[in-house]
Amino acid sequence: MKRVGIVALNTFREAVRDRVLYNLVFFALLMMLAAVVVGQISIGIEESVIVSLGLSAISVIGLLISVFIGVALVSKEMEKRTLYALLAKPVRRWEFLLGKFGGLVLTLAVNTAAMAAGLFLVMLYVKHSLQREDAVVLVAVYFIWLKLALIVALALMFSCFTTPLLAILFTAGLYIVGLYVQELRNLPVDVMSPATAAFTKWLSYLLPNFENFNVMAMAAHGRAVPGTLILQNTLYVVIYCAIVLTGAAAVFSRKNLK
Amino acid sequence: MSGFAIEIENLTKEYPFGFLHLKKKTSLEGLNMQVEMGEVFGFIGPNGAGKSTTIKLLMRLIFPTAGSARILGRPISDVEMHKDIGYLPEQPYFYDYLTAAEVLDYFARFHDLRAGDRKERVERMLKKVGLETARKIQLRKYSKGMLQRVGLAQAILHDPKLVILDEPMSGLDPVGRREVRDIILELKREGKTVMFSTHILSDAEALCDRVGVIVGGKLRGVGAPGQLVDMKTQGMEILFALTGASDEPLLAKAMKTGEYYRLQVAEGELYVAIEQLRGTGARILSVTQVKATLEEFFMNLVEADRAQAAAVEVSGK
Repeated sequence: MKRVGIVALNTFREAVRDRVLYNLVFFALLMMLAAVVVGQISIGIEESVIVSLGLSAISVIGLLISVFIGVALVSKEMEKRTLYALLAKPVRRWEFLLGKFGGLVLTLAVNTAAMAAGLFLVMLYVKHSLQREDAVVLVAVYFIWLKLALIVALALMFSCFTTPLLAILFTAGLYIVGLYVQELRNLPVDVMSPATAAFTKWLSYLLPNFENFNVMAMAAHGRAVPGTLILQNTLYVVIYCAIVLTGAAAVFSRKNLK
Repeated sequence: MSGFAIEIENLTKEYPFGFLHLKKKTSLEGLNMQVEMGEVFGFIGPNGAGKSTTIKLLMRLIFPTAGSARILGRPISDVEMHKDIGYLPEQPYFYDYLTAAEVLDYFARFHDLRAGDRKERVERMLKKVGLETARKIQLRKYSKGMLQRVGLAQAILHDPKLVILDEPMSGLDPVGRREVRDIILELKREGKTVMFSTHILSDAEALCDRVGVIVGGKLRGVGAPGQLVDMKTQGMEILFALTGASDEPLLAKAMKTGEYYRLQVAEGELYVAIEQLRGTGARILSVTQVKATLEEFFMNLVEADRAQAAAVEVSGK
């Protein structure tokens, strides 16, 4: 695992030096603008507007980073051939892959935490104080980070066996589909043929379910998130990521580099 | 452990191509070769001959269609064996957001070196490849030759038993090439095994204990450079200067370079030729033996391969 850590820390360093964290400036400007404007136009619901806007911004910025940089993690190394010298060291390919994944997830953790801190500052500015129920915003931010980790795993897997452009399309497509998995599960299977019903059910459990990670409405209204959901989402991401990364490692371990 | 640093058995690599990947191009065909411990082995061949393919197969960057290989007595699938080998990729490229010192430190971490030892080795390597003054500059500002030096430094950083260099002289100026030659010779003095690919034959002749010649994906010869080529005298070369005009027919066969003439004749015709030249008033400057060079051996193989490829194309097989 030491080798995984070395690759992960270098991936984090790469993100920092390639100015990935500059998005925080954009987020800060957006939140400052929101704090000023919201106070003037939304009397009484400032907090929920600020929380909704802040969490949406954290989610969208994180999505962009996880899809685009997630796909580039390995494909850029193959394209630029920076991987050649590294794989000549005592490093297994799966260790490299896991390190790249860990590095970007670490970057997203720092990025998301910084944005969350900014959001709390704006909430404090608008409300003049923070209450115990505001902790639900932290849970919402944690869920966003979990979701982003899963997206990075998917982007990494697709980038192992297709072109970067297709990998971006597949990852984004799967994310959008994953937002509606619950609808797929709720389809009236009794009007379908047994084969179609079985396929629909199988597909609904195979596809990543991103719907469970959206607790923005609860956070905006200060409603507590059940502890079981936190545990369930955490386990879901750990297991799903493990499966996806195992698949990615299996493909990447037999891949002929250029 | 066997006495070989590298043992290659029937190594073959085919690349599928075409719309459905149904056609196959053979990049390397049944390669059998050994590199002995402690020797400097040159792997020579024209561009596209299969040199880099062989090295990439050894480094498991690509996987063989058939055959196997062992390095330092262990199968190439054994990643731990990489602790004892150093590799310089062809036209190396490294993380350009790092400085030379940082990239070397990064690679050194995979070899379980302690922080103090890492720092000392990185400094020593930077000095060895002439980059100590550029150590704090990000690699994105480096020239091709400087990147080649970084590549060489990372290949020998951990004191490996075997060093595999893919076109190490590529992109280097004459000073850089000389420095790389010196490093290879130093590695040999330290008892390391060095295998390097090149198409610069003079480098191979000057450095290698043995060379392997590969053309068209097939190994065409292995041995000491002198053994590979016919060492018998192929003729005599007379270097002379003319003091006046002459219509001697022999002069038409001579080649003028600057103010001097060079004439190649068979060994048995040397004295007759010298007499004839003296008759024209020529001043004989030197007489030297003409021997086949590795380049001629190499070119003969390349020409034969091209002729064979053309014949196959015509016959449609």
